[in-house]
Amino acid sequence: MNKPDLKVRIGSLEMKNPVTVASGTFGYGPEYAGLVDLDRLGAITVKGICTEPHVGNATPRTFETAGGMLNAIGLPGPGAQGFIKKYLPFYEKYSVPLIVNIWGKTVEDYSRVAEIFNDQARIGALEVNVSCPNVKEGGALYGTDVNLFRTVVDAVRVRTQKPLIVKLAPNVADIKVFARAAQECGAEAVSIMNSYPAMAIDIETRRPQLANRTGGLSGPAIKPIAVKLVWEAARAITIPIIGMGGIYTPEDALEFIIAGASAVAVGTASFTDPSSAVRVIEGVEAWMAAKGIGSIAELRGTVQA
Amino acid sequence: MKQENSCVLEHRLYQGDYRLLKLSAPLIGPLVQPGQFVHVKIPRLEQAVLRRPFSVFKADASGLSILYKTVGKGTAALTTVADGEPVNLIGPLGTGFPTAGNGKTPVLVAGGYGNAALYLQAARLPVKGVAFFGGRTSGDVLCVDEFEALGWEVRIATDDGSLGRKGFVTAALDEWLAEQESGVRSQGAGGGEQNETFQSLELFACGPNAMLRAVGDRALAKGLTAWLSMDRNMACGVGACLTCVIKRKTAGGWEWARCCKDGPVFNAEEILWED
Ligand SMILES: Cc1cc2nc3c(=O)[nH]c(=O)nc-3n(C[C@H](O)[C@H](O)[C@H](O)COP(=O)(O)O)c2cc1C
Ligand code: FES
Repeated sequence: MNKPDLKVRIGSLEMKNPVTVASGTFGYGPEYAGLVDLDRLGAITVKGICTEPHVGNATPRTFETAGGMLNAIGLPGPGAQGFIKKYLPFYEKYSVPLIVNIWGKTVEDYSRVAEIFNDQARIGALEVNVSCPNVKEGGALYGTDVNLFRTVVDAVRVRTQKPLIVKLAPNVADIKVFARAAQECGAEAVSIMNSYPAMAIDIETRRPQLANRTGGLSGPAIKPIAVKLVWEAARAITIPIIGMGGIYTPEDALEFIIAGASAVAVGTASFTDPSSAVRVIEGVEAWMAAKGIGSIAELRGTVQA
Repeated sequence: MKQENSCVLEHRLYQGDYRLLKLSAPLIGPLVQPGQFVHVKIPRLEQAVLRRPFSVFKADASGLSILYKTVGKGTAALTTVADGEPVNLIGPLGTGFPTAGNGKTPVLVAGGYGNAALYLQAARLPVKGVAFFGGRTSGDVLCVDEFEALGWEVRIATDDGSLGRKGFVTAALDEWLAEQESGVRSQGAGGGEQNETFQSLELFACGPNAMLRAVGDRALAKGLTAWLSMDRNMACGVGACLTCVIKRKTAGGWEWARCCKDGPVFNAEEILWED
C-alpha cells in the first residue's frame, strides 16, 4: 500500500500533514514539548498575541460542561516583542511550521502586530483572530460585522507578506459572507470555527460559573456546528479552510476534510489527551492508505450533499 | 513530565469517606518530588473533556498513590475504578516544595486531606519537626500515625473538638508559635529536646485557601518563610491554557503565575491575595 500524500499548502506555508493545534489550547509550544513530538505536527498555532502585554480576564476562566468546556481566558499574553524574545528562540531547534494567532483592540493594533511579525522569518503564517468571544474591545465585534471585518483584514493584509489565515466567528447569520470577504481581502485561508458564545450558571449562588460571565464553548459539543459551517463556507470560496471544533479522533478530522476543509486543528482534545493531535495524524494517514486515497485534495469536499 | 498508562494496584476506603488509590507508575512514580501532582484521565467519564489534578500522597518505583474523597462528578466516577483497570496519567506536574533551608526546623500545616500533599515532604526532609493538622471533625484528620511513624510530632485541631483541641488549626499554630517565640522549649517527637531558635522555623502548608492565607499572613508578620500549596481549577495542567492563574507580586505590581507550572507551591511572600 502506498503512503498517501498528506501535504497541504496555505499560500507559502507548507504543512507536511493537515493537522495543526488550535490557538490557545497548546500554549506557545514549549508547554507540551515534553509530551508531544512537536515536529510530527503539520504546524503549531500559538496562543493569541497583540501588540502589548495583556492581562486577560479574572478567574475562574474555564468551566467544564457536558461534552465540552467554556473558556473566557481573555487573551492574556506577553505582547509581540515579549513573544519574539521569550518564545521564538525555542523554535530554532524545531522544523515545525509556526502559525502565530494575532488580535487587537483596535484596527491599528491589528496592523501593528502584523507588521512586527512580518520581519520574523521563523513565523510561517499569521492567523487573525477576529472572533474572540471574551474580550470587550474589538474581539467578537470585528468577526460579526462584515464591514469592520473587512477593515481589519485589509489593514493586516497591507502590512504582511506572510500567508494570512482569518479565523471566523461561528455566531453569524451567514458564514459564507465572511468567508467570501476574507477571500476578497486577499487572505490565503480561513479557519472555522472559534469557540461559540455560551454561559453556565451555578444554581446555588445564582452566579455565572465564569468571572467574565460568558465564555466560549469548545470541545465535542460544538463539532456538528463546525462541520456545518465548514461545509457551507467550502461551497462559497476557493481558498483553503482549516476546520476545527471538537476534533478528537482521526474520524472527526476526516469528517471535516470531507465537508471541505484542507486542514484541521486539534484544540480542547489536547487537554483531554496531549497525544490527540499525533493520533489524529496517524489515523488519517492509515485510513487514507486503507482506502487507497492518494492525497488530501482527493478527499477534500467529497461530501455527497 | 511523562504521560503513562498506569493501572490500579489498590483502591479502597482509607478512612471515613476518604479513599486511597494506588497506581502502578514505573515512569512517573520515581520522578515525583514532594508537592507535585498528577493529572488523571478519569475512566468512564465520557462527557468530561478535562483531566482532574491530584496531589501525590506517596510515590516510588512501585507506584504512586493519591488520597481523595468525592467532591464532584470526577471524584464520584473515580470511586468506581477497579483493581487492574487502566488509568492514564500525566505527571509529575508542577513545582513542589523546596527542601527546608540549612539549619531550618520544618513545620507542617494542613487542613483536611491537605496533609496527603505533605507526606512526601515529611518523609524526605532530613530534619523532622512539628505537624499541625486541622479538620472539621475527627474523621477529616488523616494519616496521623503515618506522620508520627516518620518521626513528626503531630498536633491536631478540629472545629468540633472531636479530636485534639477545638478550633482552627491556625489557632493551635498561633499558640505554639507564641511559645516558641517566647523561648519555651518543646519536646521533639523523637524524644530529643529541640532547641531551635524561633527564626529557624520554616512552614510548609496545604489546605483550604483561607487557611493558607492565614498561615502565610502569620509567617510574614513574624518574618518566617512559608511555602503554600495553592489549589486552583485546572484545565491543561501543563501551563498552556492559563486557567489556573494567581497573582504573583513583582517589583512594579503583579503578574499571573500558573498554579500548575510555576506552582502549586509558592512562597507566601510572592502571593498577592485577592478578596
Ligand atoms: C482555553 C482556550 C483558549 C483559547 N484561546 C484562543 C486564542 O487565543 N485565540 C483564538 O483564536 N482561539 C482561541 N481558542 C479557540 C480555539 O482555538 C478553537 O477555535 C476552539 O476551541 C474550537 O476548537 P476545539 O473544540 O477543538 O477546542 C481557545 C480555546 C480554548 C478552549
Ligand atoms: S491548568 Fe492550564 S495553565 Fe494551568
